[in-house]
Amino acid sequence: MPCKGLVPEVERYMTESINEKRRFGMRVFRVLILALFIFSIVVTPALAKDTIKIGAILAVTGPASFLGAPEAKTLQMLAEEINSQGGINGKKIELIIKDSGASPEKAISFAKQLIEEEKVFAIIGPSTSGETLKIKNICEKSKTICISCAAAELIVNPVAKYVFKTPQKDSFAARKIYMQMQKMGIKRIGVVVGNTGFGKAGKAQLEKLAPEYGIEIVISEVYDKKATDLTALVTKLKAKNVEAVVNWSIVPAQAIIAKNMKQIGLNVPLFQSHGFGNIKYVKAAGAAAEGIIFPAGRLLVADMLPDNHPQKPVLIKYKRDYESRYHEEASTFGGHAYDAFMILVNAIKKAGFDKEKVRDAIENMKGFVGTGGIFNFSPQDHNGLDIDSFEMLTVKNGKFVLLENK
Amino acid sequence: MSVELFFQYIVAGITYGIIYAIVAIGFNIIYNTTGIINFAQGEFVMLGSMIAISLTPYMPLLLAIILAVIITMLIGALIEILFIRWLDSPSVLRMIIITIGLSILIREVALAIWGENVRALPYFTGNEVSSISFGGVHISPQVLWVIGVCTVMVLILQAFFKFTMVGRQMRACAANREAARLCGINAKNMVTLSFMLSAGIGAVAGCVVSPITYSQYNMGTGLAIKGFTVAILGGLGNSMAAVVAGLLLGTIESFSIWIMPTAYKDAISISILLLILFLRPGGLFGSKEEMTLKEF
Repeated sequence: MPCKGLVPEVERYMTESINEKRRFGMRVFRVLILALFIFSIVVTPALAKDTIKIGAILAVTGPASFLGAPEAKTLQMLAEEINSQGGINGKKIELIIKDSGASPEKAISFAKQLIEEEKVFAIIGPSTSGETLKIKNICEKSKTICISCAAAELIVNPVAKYVFKTPQKDSFAARKIYMQMQKMGIKRIGVVVGNTGFGKAGKAQLEKLAPEYGIEIVISEVYDKKATDLTALVTKLKAKNVEAVVNWSIVPAQAIIAKNMKQIGLNVPLFQSHGFGNIKYVKAAGAAAEGIIFPAGRLLVADMLPDNHPQKPVLIKYKRDYESRYHEEASTFGGHAYDAFMILVNAIKKAGFDKEKVRDAIENMKGFVGTGGIFNFSPQDHNGLDIDSFEMLTVKNGKFVLLENK
Repeated sequence: MSVELFFQYIVAGITYGIIYAIVAIGFNIIYNTTGIINFAQGEFVMLGSMIAISLTPYMPLLLAIILAVIITMLIGALIEILFIRWLDSPSVLRMIIITIGLSILIREVALAIWGENVRALPYFTGNEVSSISFGGVHISPQVLWVIGVCTVMVLILQAFFKFTMVGRQMRACAANREAARLCGINAKNMVTLSFMLSAGIGAVAGCVVSPITYSQYNMGTGLAIKGFTVAILGGLGNSMAAVVAGLLLGTIESFSIWIMPTAYKDAISISILLLILFLRPGGLFGSKEEMTLKEF
């Protein structure tokens, strides 16, 4: 074996060269990591300067998904649109949407995450009243602007400095319903609500305002939000000889109660809350939806508004954009997110990138034309809409139409 | 209270009860062959109705339902083969956890496929507002459909388990799996078959109740809880008893609404369930001796 002595040498040489290569590789790797690190330190703030982070906490899935899903879609559409036009004052929007699934606990942790970790400029949402009330204080303490897409009056009453909301107040909805009842000469009514934050808030408003309009609530009931059939409940209403029924909920029971009333022959007018403003419920209730009366923003009847109505161009544009992009009908709920987002964008355009100044700009904003109505904010009113932002609508041939009084 | 209203409450009770019962039957089939409770049963109900709804635009209603039932049965078989079959003598607890996990999985997949929208099959007869009147008492034709389908299903199942070879084999597996295997019965195939059967029954249930309750990706949970309650109330494994228990619970709920605020409906029905179970642990129609022989 002539090569015998050579072998260990060759082996050593080879291992050394391999080690050499490895060491070299390691060095390159280290340098790269270092370079990347330095690069990230230098460049990230530069990148960050060109974007503005806007957080959103929305119930994209779960029981309130019909609120959160269109809201999230609307925000994505708007952020893309604004970014493609160069952003706000040269800064691109970085939208961070968190899906809370309508759980107040999740909303709280997402709010903290968005404020403390992501350091967002402002928060859009949450979608539901319960969630908003839970994070109201968190936003207030951290001085983060929060524009809620939820309805309950408690969100802005008492006023919190940094908390705003875009949907119409529920007391206006209750007043609109009672005004309509007065016109129709209805005196004895039954009130039924779903056991959600929205339902309970509505029940309180209805009970508080009834005497003002000379209306007597002869029966008032709360049903489970997951109710699958309400025949027994409408039987109870029938026994009380009510002249009209008001249902206040945001769950599929809105359609179920309409069916059950017709099925057992309780043929009195059915009023729903502004939570009925989703054509899917009309489809679900089918023939039973005909004649339901409810207050809603004008988005649902945008095409029927007179041409000189100030909201018409905004409504038509939003509706077309949304429907052509997502191939589903626009709802008032997506509109609430539209309003929240555009109010924020306009305030930033006006006041720059200082949170305090933007907050002041929102508080002093007057005459902003949104999908929900014409917003006139003030230090006392962080909603900015008046009762005329509601129209009374009804369902005719499976479509929403303006209610015509004879 | 007038007689009319009294009967109207009964009708409401029947409507609730028959929906619970038709879901409860599915629980009983798997329990009968494997001794476990399949907590994904509600999801079979959801799948059946959602698939049928997706198919209706392309074919007549009946065909869509039949196809949906077949597809759901295949899904049931697939689930059993993938997740349950390879387990060697699994404990009851482990099986229960697996089925709970499966129910969450199916729900999330359904959310991804169908989204969060509320949908419904059309009414089989008439529409949302039509009702049949018996001397002032109104009943929706769809409720009659549910009652009819439920009755036929129970009768067929009874006959299947009593008079067919496969049915007897399935019962044998439930009674004593080892002994059944010694007699040459393929116990594993019987379990697969029972999953298919209960998935199919769940799908039928989902289709007939869909016009009344509406379908959504998360409809299964609520229905499964009530169905499970009724299955326990009647005595696990007994489909005929489930129907009676369902109607009983439904009627109790309905009349509780007459006396008390609607918000207490579930509290009352669950209290009554607890009371009955204290007095009769085997359910209304189960015997105590039988209970002691069962693992779960």
